[in-house]
Amino acid sequence: MMDYTANELMVIVAARELRDGESVLVGVGIPNLAANLAMKLQAPGLNMVYESGAVGSNPTRMPLSIGDPCLVTGAKSICSMYEQFAYYLQGGRIDVGFLGGAQIDKYGNINSTVIGSYKTPKVRLPGSGGACDIASNVKKIIVITPHEKRRFVEKVDFLTSPGYVDGKQKWQELKLQGGGPYAVITNLCTMRFDDVTGEMTLASVHPGVTVEQVQENTPWKLKVAEKLEQTPPPTEKEIATLRALDPDKTYLG
Amino acid sequence: MDSAKLMTMKEAVSKFVRDGDTVYLAGFTHMIPFAAGHEIIRQKRKELTLCRATPDIIYDQMIAAGCGKKLVFSYAGNPGVGSLRCFRRALEKSQPKTIEIEEYTHFGLSGRLFAGATKMPFLPMRTNLGSDLPPQNPNIKTVKDPYTGIEVSVVPPLRPDLAVVHVQRADRNGNAHIWGIIGEQKDAAFASKRVIVSAEEIVDESVIRSDPNRTLIPDFVVHAVVHEPWCAHPSYTQGYYDRDNEFYMQWDEITKEHESTMKWIDEWVNGVEDRAEYMKKMPQEKVKKLLPKACMSAPVNYGSV
Repeated sequence: MMDYTANELMVIVAARELRDGESVLVGVGIPNLAANLAMKLQAPGLNMVYESGAVGSNPTRMPLSIGDPCLVTGAKSICSMYEQFAYYLQGGRIDVGFLGGAQIDKYGNINSTVIGSYKTPKVRLPGSGGACDIASNVKKIIVITPHEKRRFVEKVDFLTSPGYVDGKQKWQELKLQGGGPYAVITNLCTMRFDDVTGEMTLASVHPGVTVEQVQENTPWKLKVAEKLEQTPPPTEKEIATLRALDPDKTYLG
Repeated sequence: MDSAKLMTMKEAVSKFVRDGDTVYLAGFTHMIPFAAGHEIIRQKRKELTLCRATPDIIYDQMIAAGCGKKLVFSYAGNPGVGSLRCFRRALEKSQPKTIEIEEYTHFGLSGRLFAGATKMPFLPMRTNLGSDLPPQNPNIKTVKDPYTGIEVSVVPPLRPDLAVVHVQRADRNGNAHIWGIIGEQKDAAFASKRVIVSAEEIVDESVIRSDPNRTLIPDFVVHAVVHEPWCAHPSYTQGYYDRDNEFYMQWDEITKEHESTMKWIDEWVNGVEDRAEYMKKMPQEKVKKLLPKACMSAPVNYGSV
């Protein structure tokens, strides 16, 4: 079996979540790699859509930003920023949205705005961008993040993008049209969300990882699924395809 | 044919940008009018309300130079790199001076421009609910949907005093062809009271009329037309020059301190007369690396009987 890094595994596990024919709203970096990888493997008909208004992009190199010119060359369509959010996101045309953030809590709420208080920030982060809009409107939110104690918190300092807020009941009251958080993929495991309560639940541990290790890096008592799975290790094909996508290791370094 | 609109960036900024204005320098990653931002810095405009979905390096520079009183935005990061350090210094340490903020999501801010452009009283949208953002921004409100009774989030129209929009080509009256990422250019132009269009190329009106679907902005919403090649560097203009990603990464280093930032601004903004001189200063090797390969679209037939 080939050697692989934790980051490579994270991208491969995320790519496996994508189905052929789905539309995915992609961010730069790791999510972009995951989407490109899925397109080369099980989902050749994946529609990659970017916040910048690029639809059905077919980049020949990895973009640094979501508005990179390589996302335009050979795309299916380009629309304005307002149209992207109105026709595609709010119009319900996007199946999967990848999100990340500085903090995530047990209901899948994400903070990408501020550490500390809003008025007197300890660290000011970029803010929502399209993240809150994506979280409110896509059928499945998938979060990819390193599994670190400072990122997983019982309650986010600032709720930028709603997961299940404080439980599925509150979320249903808000009448958001999206499907809510679907999976959290880390370097240690995959977590999903309880159908009834909306609480994050350990679903699958990656090769060589124990439940204890996951718990040690999660600051609240993490729920574990009744049928806990083992994440299948990456195949040689997955690894080779991924490495060809990022030959200079810009994102996988 | 009236071509009184054609002028230099220096003249356009001097004529149309006033202290205290609410300005929108448009462009989502693409065609950000850096040359206009630099001219505003050189002419020492101040107390501006700076609106942009992504403040990007352009507003980071204007904030460091002390032009801004307030920032209206939805994503204050250096795309693909990290923080906008000058913005953070102003917000966290009031250096060089304090800056007020008014924050939205991307949908919220682009919706505000759309509402401003179309004179809607407000715009309902399916976002913001459940987020901690609305409590921090009293401009994001909810109303009861009169048809279903459900609470919906609304944002108010944005009507800037001035928009600057950079485009690939325009005629001397301001009819503007734009392709590639079209961002919020059209919305910003239609929403604003005064509009400066800058263009890589000034073309004959017949070129514009040969492809009217590509005209996002018609001349009668435009007040000034500036012929400004390389206006958007270090951002890009599709088909003319690529994004200078290397500079976006260097900006993170340049802005580590306020002093190092000002040193850069003194050299590259205050130390040059205009964009032409800025480009003359740019190493030719770098310029060459940014020139794209051609990728022409198939022609279309606009003919009629």
